[in-house]
Amino acid sequence: MSLVSAGADFRGPLAAGASLAEPSLATVGDYLALMKPRVMSLVVFTALVGLAVAPGSLHPVTSFTALLCIAVGAGAAGALNMWYDADVDALMTRTSRRPVPTGRVQPGEALAFGLTLGSFAVVVLGLLVNWLAAALLAFTIFFYVVIYTVWLKRSTPQNIVIGGAAGAFPPMIGWVAATGSLSLEPVLLFLIIFFWTPPHFWALALYRTEDYARAGIPMLPVVAGDASTRWQILLYTSILVPLGIAPWLFGFTGALYGMTAAATGVIMLALGWQVLRERRPAERASRNLFAFSILYLFLLFAVLLVERGWGGLIVRLAT
Amino acid sequence: MGRADRPFGNVSIGIVMNKQRDDDGIVLTEAQKRAQRSRSIAIALALAALVILFYVMTLVKGPGVLVRPI
Repeated sequence: MSLVSAGADFRGPLAAGASLAEPSLATVGDYLALMKPRVMSLVVFTALVGLAVAPGSLHPVTSFTALLCIAVGAGAAGALNMWYDADVDALMTRTSRRPVPTGRVQPGEALAFGLTLGSFAVVVLGLLVNWLAAALLAFTIFFYVVIYTVWLKRSTPQNIVIGGAAGAFPPMIGWVAATGSLSLEPVLLFLIIFFWTPPHFWALALYRTEDYARAGIPMLPVVAGDASTRWQILLYTSILVPLGIAPWLFGFTGALYGMTAAATGVIMLALGWQVLRERRPAERASRNLFAFSILYLFLLFAVLLVERGWGGLIVRLAT
Repeated sequence: MGRADRPFGNVSIGIVMNKQRDDDGIVLTEAQKRAQRSRSIAIALALAALVILFYVMTLVKGPGVLVRPI
């Protein structure tokens, strides 16, 4: 695919310009930016929900340790992603200010930072919490860096569909950290994030098409066009909404969650329909869907946390 | 350094300074020194936090900390 080779061509000059001989000017802030703090906060939040809704009780210090390791693991994956993607990041407006493309952090430094953090996060989680959770965290980092970043991102428009699994694992890791095993509930949480990812990122890609095309990233709107992407957004939203209600249908949650999932699901479908109906430029509808999709996921997990996690904790403390 | 060493103004002084530079290796600028210092402090704090975390987790787990499946 020409898009892929176009993206790959940019690695040469950047890699050649990078040298570890020059003393680094990277600050602590640059290294924190490498960890993608905004993505990390979403990962920590969903992992916290997985941990809080799991049956049984985990010591608060152990819970904190599990969340810390998951956060650091997510940061490591972010740093490794920025190391590998420095060439395409430099070409996109949204990412051109990142530490590696601007030269504040050398590619080798980002690689070493990511590998060190990732190794520490997995080993500490295994030693202090449990090894199944550690294995899941290691697989998540591997999936995001190797399967998504290195393989899928530059080679297929299905990149974020399959790669979205990496972002869906954290609530499962939180659950496994608390229980040491897996069951249907965390799998449902995984599926909600997995099917939430395509409409969320394709809505963004619809109004950033030129950015992705310039970088040679074969996002769906770049390869298949706007119309096909809009249909796909509606299709995935149609799968997402029933999945969002499923925890209530299976009896895992209360009425508050069911009503929230149904009401916000209807809004998601309406926004997906609006994206489909709006003719060029579809920017306003896409931006609305992108923004609301973040609120949708946050609301589902926040209500779950209140109903099953902290809510239950407050009730236990009060009685 | 005597007067005879600088018949051409500052040239000989420059040569001496270059020689010193070669001996000292890479000389960091002030900005590089500041960045390096802040990174060193961050690494020290992270390591201290890790030590405290392992200590507290050992207390939390109690005697069972050594009991783990092989």
